[in-house]
Amino acid sequence: MSWLTGDVVDIIVAVIQAIVIMLVAVVVGAFMSFVERRMLGLWQDRYGPNRVGPFGLFQLGADMLKMFFKEDWIPPFADKRLFVLAPMVSMGTIILAFMVIPITPSWGVADLNIGLLFFMAMAGLNVYAVLFAGYASANKYALIGAMRASAQTISYEVFLGLSLMGVVAVTGSFNLRDIVEAQAGLWFIVPQFFGFVTFLIAGIAVTHRHPFDQPEAEQELADGFHIEYSGMKWGMFFVGEYIGITLVSSLLVVLFFGGWHGPLLPPFVWFALKTLFFMMLFILLRAALPRPRYDRVMSFGWKICLPLTLINLLVTGVVILLNAPTGQ
Amino acid sequence: MSESHVFSTSRGPALPEGLDSAPVVQALMQRFGADRFHFQNTLTGMPVLWIAREDLLEVMRFLRQGEHAFEMLFDLHAVDERLRGNRQGLPEADFTVFYFLTDLSRGRDLMLKVALAESDLRLPSLTPVWPSANWYEREVFDMFGIEFQGHPRLVRILMPPTWKGHPLRKDYPARATEFDPYSMTMEGQDKEQEALRFVPEEWGMKRGTDDQDYMFLNFGPNHPAAHGAFRIVLQLDGEELIDCVPDIGYHHRGAEKMAERQSWHSYIPYTDRIDYTGGVMNNLPYVLAVEKLAGIQVPDRAATIRVMMAEMFRINSHLLFLGTYYQDVGAMSPVFFTFTDRQKAYEVIEAITGFRMHPAWYRIGGVAHDLPKGWDRLVKNFLDWMPKRLNEYQRVMQDNAVFRDRTRDIAAYDTKEALEWGITGPNLRATGFDFDARKQRPYSGYENFDFEVPLGTHGDIFDRGLMRIEEMRQSLRIIEQCLKHMPAGDFKADHPLTTPPPREKMKEHIETLITHFLQVSWGPVLKPNESFQMIEATKGLNSYYLTSDGSTVSYRTRIRTPSYPHLQHIPVLMRGGFVPDLIAHIASIDFVMADVDR
Repeated sequence: MSWLTGDVVDIIVAVIQAIVIMLVAVVVGAFMSFVERRMLGLWQDRYGPNRVGPFGLFQLGADMLKMFFKEDWIPPFADKRLFVLAPMVSMGTIILAFMVIPITPSWGVADLNIGLLFFMAMAGLNVYAVLFAGYASANKYALIGAMRASAQTISYEVFLGLSLMGVVAVTGSFNLRDIVEAQAGLWFIVPQFFGFVTFLIAGIAVTHRHPFDQPEAEQELADGFHIEYSGMKWGMFFVGEYIGITLVSSLLVVLFFGGWHGPLLPPFVWFALKTLFFMMLFILLRAALPRPRYDRVMSFGWKICLPLTLINLLVTGVVILLNAPTGQ
Repeated sequence: MSESHVFSTSRGPALPEGLDSAPVVQALMQRFGADRFHFQNTLTGMPVLWIAREDLLEVMRFLRQGEHAFEMLFDLHAVDERLRGNRQGLPEADFTVFYFLTDLSRGRDLMLKVALAESDLRLPSLTPVWPSANWYEREVFDMFGIEFQGHPRLVRILMPPTWKGHPLRKDYPARATEFDPYSMTMEGQDKEQEALRFVPEEWGMKRGTDDQDYMFLNFGPNHPAAHGAFRIVLQLDGEELIDCVPDIGYHHRGAEKMAERQSWHSYIPYTDRIDYTGGVMNNLPYVLAVEKLAGIQVPDRAATIRVMMAEMFRINSHLLFLGTYYQDVGAMSPVFFTFTDRQKAYEVIEAITGFRMHPAWYRIGGVAHDLPKGWDRLVKNFLDWMPKRLNEYQRVMQDNAVFRDRTRDIAAYDTKEALEWGITGPNLRATGFDFDARKQRPYSGYENFDFEVPLGTHGDIFDRGLMRIEEMRQSLRIIEQCLKHMPAGDFKADHPLTTPPPREKMKEHIETLITHFLQVSWGPVLKPNESFQMIEATKGLNSYYLTSDGSTVSYRTRIRTPSYPHLQHIPVLMRGGFVPDLIAHIASIDFVMADVDR
């Protein structure tokens, strides 16, 4: 067993960790579809899916079976390569972004020094999925959806990044593990409150969740960019969206709510509980709010959120400079 | 035999006198000369004047402005007179086009009729005087083949563009069994599909400017926010609406044609399906118009039961409106709550009528049954349940900034515009115009009830929504008064034309047995005449204009529905708006396509 050196063991452990995290992320994302329907049911005075298994817990299995066996239809007028590529990009980029999330002190896939930038890069790439889908479908509704998505994502990504610069400036690092450790005393939600608010808004916008679901706005665009999709390809968009919610929720926890920090309970439980809280918040928002008009969403982003993040960054910078040791 | 029997015992009121001396009739005769008009005495309750084709535009212009101006072109349609037996004293005509003008503020109506010969079915178009005549004239062209000269685009509106024949003509069959079995080939399907393709140039639209192309988007006929099989072709510049063309007819079932083959009695269930969210509310104008022809006075109890059930359905329909209204503005949850309330309403409706959506429960001369035991407790429960919920719905609208932003001052129009385009009901009252047929033209005993008519101020999407919530409160008040003061007595009139006749009477002697037998087999025979009834339905003014030729079936049944003109108005209002505004406006109109296409 000479090949089983320390390095190899580390690699094997890391690979297993990565696979486990990926599987858990996908399963949690998929399970979200069930949880969302049950929670919406709760808030909307109805049951939601409760027939398959105890409390409807096996609904997910039934849905998957249905989706796998559906005809894998590609419209004859579609651009086939892009049409197939789009859902892969959608799900792939989101799962990749999970790589940088430090779950507990010992769990996490990669400790990139540019962890936060990596997330933003993946979030940026994610919009290509919507663009490809909208363009490749050769459908006018899909095209309008894609147009909305690209405009919205560009506007909201500007301050998605800026809203986090306060956190980065305080920590002095893009590494998410460093950011969590910097919050051992005080969670960043307190000093970076406006950063949190704007990031939350941008996060919802980037995942295209209600009330920022403009690209798919059912009442207007009848599902928007994925109108021509069915079966597993549609399923990938669908699950991708839920994994996106999980990702943004865990990022909120990591960046502003101290990650795994918390008294008494083990680190993983804290991380999971906090993440779950934000995932529920996403669902509650969907149950509670009407959808603003598309142009209002854009002007809200540019005229309110962007200035807010800039001011936040400015004030953070001033505070850091004032606290910095003088006389260098 | 049966006819003479029925006629001898009916005691209908004499024809109304004095309509020929109405001020507007006098003014017309003075202006154009008495010999240009022919007065027809009917049971419609308004002056009916026949005029010559050459005079039509002149007379219409006279009635558009000045002292004798009318506010609204309420209806416009035609009658195929060729098989009409009883037309003594009427001008010669193969076809008649009738124009129904109304002045809601002053409570005046006027019907003008123009006689046409089969060999020369042409008329000047009324569109230069009344723009809202556009769709009506297209429908008359579609149904009768009458040509309106000067119409901007006289094409079929309800039937498919490839259709052969004009369905409302008397020589056009009314039953599928009179046709060869239907078949559709692949080529035929392609041809039909191609015929539906939108060609912008035909509608005077440009495909683009020098530096950009417009997108033409088929919104519907299957779209989650189109509220039924409704298609609007949008001309888009980005998300901005340059123009749009509504395309209706996908829900057309020929309700007016069916009326010409069903007996007076057996047509009642068809009326339920005109505004399919209105249930028995639809029966009301029809049975009231039939009762005018028959000369039946319904007992107080029957009238009060009718009012109570009609108001139940108003609430039911408004709740459906409210849920979908919130939903189309993107709020997902309220619709589930309003449907819970609708279920509560259905518990009452089901117990009383034995049916849910389409009870077809009113009868000529009354209602189908008496109220069941314990009905008062059910109604009471409903009255206790609703007010809290309505307050909650109102808060959802008023306290939500996003909702206000989406609806305040969006798709707003004023009273003048509304009247000009034939907009009625809550959509008209949202502009601040005080007209509710239950108040200004009471029927079925509404004058005995104490309720208010809510009025809006802005005429925007927000007001149109709020209007419905307040109307539901008023409907609850009316139902409460029905509950407290339900009169004793019969639920059916004691009249030979009451259909079906009271069963106990059947067993008394041979005459009543014969009457019963004839009425449930052939159906009642009504005297030749014309009658009209307008009601404040859930979505606006709904009216039935019935022509009887002294037979068991109606000679012509014209159903004027509120949703039809509401949809015609969409392009005028939405030019320059955004797609999401269009969705919100469509939701705020409150229409169902069955009510539009009939």
